[in-house]
Amino acid sequence: MEKIYSNNFIETSNNLNPKGETVRFLLNYSKALSVISYNELKFESLLN
Amino acid sequence: MQQQLITDAILVSNYIKGDESALETLIVRHKQKIYSFIYSKVFDRDVAEDIFQDTFIKVIRTLKRGAYNEEGKFLPWVMRISHNLVIDFFRKNNRMPKFDNAGEFSIFSVLSDDSLNAEKAIIKEQVENDVRRLVEELPGDQKEVLLMRIYNDMSFKEISDRTGVSINTALGRMRYALINLRKIIDKHNIVLTN
Repeated sequence: MEKIYSNNFIETSNNLNPKGETVRFLLNYSKALSVISYNELKFESLLN
Repeated sequence: MQQQLITDAILVSNYIKGDESALETLIVRHKQKIYSFIYSKVFDRDVAEDIFQDTFIKVIRTLKRGAYNEEGKFLPWVMRISHNLVIDFFRKNNRMPKFDNAGEFSIFSVLSDDSLNAEKAIIKEQVENDVRRLVEELPGDQKEVLLMRIYNDMSFKEISDRTGVSINTALGRMRYALINLRKIIDKHNIVLTN
C-alpha cells in the first residue's frame, strides 16, 4: 500500500509544469528589464 | 528540433547579447525539472509557482547584469538558486507559520466575528429598551441605588455618601431592586436574552 502510494506520488510530482501565465510574466519581465552600466555601477530599470 | 541542438551555454550567451527568445527556449527546456524540484520540496502548487518565478527573476537579473560566469552549468546553477529560495521559504515560514486551512480542522470554527448581525443588533436594542422600562417601574429609592451602582459604576460606599443612607440600607435597596426586577420579568414572561 505504502509503495503504491509513493510510486504514484513520484510519478505525478515529476510531471508538473508551471502555469503559462508565470512563464509569460517572466518573459515580459525580461523584456522590460534593462541594466545600465555607469562607472562600474549598474542600474536596473523596469520599463513597461 | 533546431532548438534542442543549441546548448544552454550558447542560449545564455545569445540572451546576454539581447536575444530574448533564447530565454524562452531555456525556460521551456528546463521549466518542468525546476518546477518539479521545487514542488517536491514545498508540496504546494502556489508556493512552487512563486518560488519558480522568483528563481527566474534572479536568473534574469544576474544574466542582464553580466554577473554570470558560464561554465556550462546553467541548469545546476538555476537549481541551486531555487534550492536556496526553498530554504528561505521554510525559514520564513518557521518564523511565521502559515495556516492553509486545507485540512479537516477549519480555523473559522474557532475564530468568529464578534460584531452583531442586523437581527442580533435589533434584539439587543429591544432587550435594552425592555430593561430600561423595567427599571422605570421600580420604586424611586431602589431605582436610584440601582442606577448609581450599575450605570454609574459607583461603590456602595459612594452611594451611601451620595444618598445619605447607610451602606447596609443601600445594599438592601439594591437587593430589593433586583428581586423586584426578577419578579416583574417572571410575571410577564419577558425574555431578556439575545
